Amino acid sequence: MQSDPMTLTLFAPLFGAILAFLFPRAARALGLVAVLVTGGAVVWLARAVLAEGAVTLALGGWAPPLGISLRADGLSVAMLAMTAAVGLLVSLGALDALRDARQTRYFWPLWLLLLTGMNGVYLSTDIFNLYVMIEVIALAAVGLTVLSGTRAALRAGLEYMYASILGALLFLMGVGFVYLQLGRLDFAGLITAEPSGALSAALALMVVGLALKTALFPLHFWLPAAHANATAPASALLSGLVVKAALYIFLRLTTYMPLPDEVLVTLIGTLGAGAVIWGGIQALRAERLKLLVAWSTVVQIGLIFIAFARAGQVGLTESWKAAALLILAHGVAKAAMFLAAGRIKDEVGHDTIRELDKSAIRPTLAQFTFALAAISLIGLPPSLGFIGKWSLMEGAMAAGYWHWVGVTMIGTLLSVAYFSRVLAGFLRFDRVRAPLGEHQGWALADVAPLTLAVSAIGLGLLAAPILSFIELGYPFGAMP
Amino acid sequence: MIDLSTALNTAVRSDVPLLPLFILLTSLLAAPVLFALPERAARLRTGLNLGVAAMKVALVAWLGIKVSQGVIYDVSFAMLPGLEFKLQADPLAILFISLSAILWLITTVYSVGYLERGPHRARFFGFFSLCVAATVGIAMAGNLFTFLIFYELLTLATYPLVIHRGSAEALRAGRIYLIYTLAGGLVLLLGTLGLWVLAGNTDFTPGGVLDAVVAENRAAAQLLFVVLVGALGVKAALVPLHAWLPIAMVAPAPVSALLHAVAVVKAGAFGIMRVVYEVFGIDTAQALGLTAPLAALAAVTILYGSLRAITQDDIKKRLAYSTVSQVSYITLGVALASPVAAVGALAHLIHQGLMKITMFMAAGNLAEGMGVKRVSQMDGIGRAMPGTMLAFSAAALAMIGLPPLAGFVSKWYLAQGGLDAGAAWVVALLLGSSLLNAVYFLPMLYRAWFRDGSETCATPARPRIGWWLAAPPITTALMVLVVGGFANAPFSPLEWTRFVVAIEYLQE
Repeated sequence: MQSDPMTLTLFAPLFGAILAFLFPRAARALGLVAVLVTGGAVVWLARAVLAEGAVTLALGGWAPPLGISLRADGLSVAMLAMTAAVGLLVSLGALDALRDARQTRYFWPLWLLLLTGMNGVYLSTDIFNLYVMIEVIALAAVGLTVLSGTRAALRAGLEYMYASILGALLFLMGVGFVYLQLGRLDFAGLITAEPSGALSAALALMVVGLALKTALFPLHFWLPAAHANATAPASALLSGLVVKAALYIFLRLTTYMPLPDEVLVTLIGTLGAGAVIWGGIQALRAERLKLLVAWSTVVQIGLIFIAFARAGQVGLTESWKAAALLILAHGVAKAAMFLAAGRIKDEVGHDTIRELDKSAIRPTLAQFTFALAAISLIGLPPSLGFIGKWSLMEGAMAAGYWHWVGVTMIGTLLSVAYFSRVLAGFLRFDRVRAPLGEHQGWALADVAPLTLAVSAIGLGLLAAPILSFIELGYPFGAMP
Repeated sequence: MIDLSTALNTAVRSDVPLLPLFILLTSLLAAPVLFALPERAARLRTGLNLGVAAMKVALVAWLGIKVSQGVIYDVSFAMLPGLEFKLQADPLAILFISLSAILWLITTVYSVGYLERGPHRARFFGFFSLCVAATVGIAMAGNLFTFLIFYELLTLATYPLVIHRGSAEALRAGRIYLIYTLAGGLVLLLGTLGLWVLAGNTDFTPGGVLDAVVAENRAAAQLLFVVLVGALGVKAALVPLHAWLPIAMVAPAPVSALLHAVAVVKAGAFGIMRVVYEVFGIDTAQALGLTAPLAALAAVTILYGSLRAITQDDIKKRLAYSTVSQVSYITLGVALASPVAAVGALAHLIHQGLMKITMFMAAGNLAEGMGVKRVSQMDGIGRAMPGTMLAFSAAALAMIGLPPLAGFVSKWYLAQGGLDAGAAWVVALLLGSSLLNAVYFLPMLYRAWFRDGSETCATPARPRIGWWLAAPPITTALMVLVVGGFANAPFSPLEWTRFVVAIEYLQE
């Protein structure tokens, strides 16, 4: 094995997963160490990218199209870093949230396997490799979904598995088409290929497969139940990180194989708008806190697709930044929100939104965390979510796409409406029967979600450095 | 008068360039500490509150002196390519932060007395502190982008204060408040984006940044003005966007006081000022034909607010409608596009704050001490609570515009400005408005001082009003007397106002 940060980001979690499975008693320690080592490798990689721009590594010395190579540029390192940082904090949260021995036994191997798959996605340079990685992710993600062991979680997990398998199958068919046409599967090959009907069909298959995996409306049917019924750390990983892998692939693919005409781009944006509005309405109607949070993920995915669509025929040369910022912002904020929702549910004993203000127990810090995460998800300044939304609207306005501006504003108002359903309850006390204690619910377990939520707000102030970092190595301008 | 030419020509960098940031951070960093303090640590909380508030007054005074000596403060860093988070301390900012710093200190004293033993004090003072931080940010924002950030923070920080009582009524008021202000914030976001896309620059610069755009695309500039002023008009309670204000008076008295005097409505009025003077430039705005409609809207608001105030029996509601009316004096003075009227507008920003905070704190004392919440219960209250009622009366007479009180000074300049701008109707409007003010304030004073107390008073919330509650309104009432009586003294609000106006109007 070469000693290289990229291979390390793949092998550290992979070996961690195997070891954690073999030695369940040490699973927690092994898991934390593996995540920390992965994080260290990402920092190492980030330094390399800062110094040299994009870095490429041919595994085993074989260059593509024969061999497999790994590549890291600013965007992929940003995704890796988000995954590692959110993953670390969710892991810390999981230390407290998962007390059941069976859950701990399986959580760590599954989560590390998931991390391997996601890191693989962010470093891959060919579409077959991507297919393998999304299968690894799907396997681990379904496992995490059913971890809580409830009947609802099992049913949701089964549905998730069907959707996932179908999505992967469609993607694989697309990969096959590409191979038949070009005889190669690496990105460089895709870029140089002549556009043809068969390639467009292949792209269409892959896009539908990815839309299913990332839960783009109307293929989102599996997501709310799956994310709402998992245990809190698993939900945080699934919502914050997993759906981003398919989004990332989508972003890369459509750069290397541009969508043939603007009608399709608009169609994708329209589906995004459908997600924003339908998801918003469902979030307004949701009775349980975690279900509301899950619907908000559907909304945010839709928003990211709108950011993609406003690129129009010009391509992603500029607009990908808005999408990337929204992806990063959602990853951090949603992980914080699911962990906070889990804490609230643990403390209060249920997560029925209507009944939360009747409880005499108020997990103050978790509620505060939830509110901070909501600020970023609504897109209020100065959060990273705000910066993402600003970039999206700025681009749409400059290009004269007023409809995307309008949809984004409607989405914002809807998100205010559904989050304030929850937040107003936090501040309401007249329905409480029992006497209130003070500052209930301070716990060490609140530290991880609070850190995430504060980061979601604070990273907005660092948007300029983040933007210049993700542009390193020209993710959307040069050959991979 | 402050020497303008030296102030502008001898611009020097400060030796403490981060002073504006420190002023912002005093209350911003106090907030998390206040949140974290346990509920029972009342003394520590009070000490921290007062300490930070006093420190802020001192820092603001220092900043004001430095700025009057021509020192320029400019703290900025890039948040997006070309788009900066920027704090500046221009004379207009100083005017507004002085108001907020001083009134914050006074309201803090009042709140400590008001919330004695009440629930959720940690939360209250935390958000209170955030609210003041937002006001300071609004005052010192160096561009519209930064202004937007703090404008939204202000909404978020005031919402928990409005619903502090946690009752169903408070929550309903809070919901309406949130709908209005967040929708306004969203429109402001749209306007800021529009400005950024059109002009490529959101800086507040005397004379404006839109000249090139106006030359090229007049209609777009006009639309932008409507969007921006409409967005800010929500918080400034311009008719027909004012409906949230009378409903939000369900908040505790210190919150209402702050909301009406410095925080929310003033943020809106101040924003309109920045937009007209420093985004468009007064000449550009006038050339676009937009100042006259704005003045007309302000005039309608002034009359409408006063007319509605007359019919309110609830004291706080009457005061709230009076705010709707009075705050639009500021907008009127801006829209008249005359330097003299501008002096009146800026002076009124301060004077209205002092008068209204006095009245809300006094009204809070009446409710707490005697259980009096309605005008019809005010009979004979003057003898029962002389200090509070004296303060209230002074502020009410000032509102009506009795010389030489504060309200008279601003009205005088507004009327003169109206004549200066060739709009004689302003004089009639101001006379009419003063008459209406008299119609809704004098009966309150008459009942309080000249009628015998009735026995219908509801039960008071507390046995007696302590000094923590009694002193603040008396202090602010004295300030109302002083800023009116000594309007021409150096460093009086009026003097500082002239300094500001000279900058806004002498730019060309």
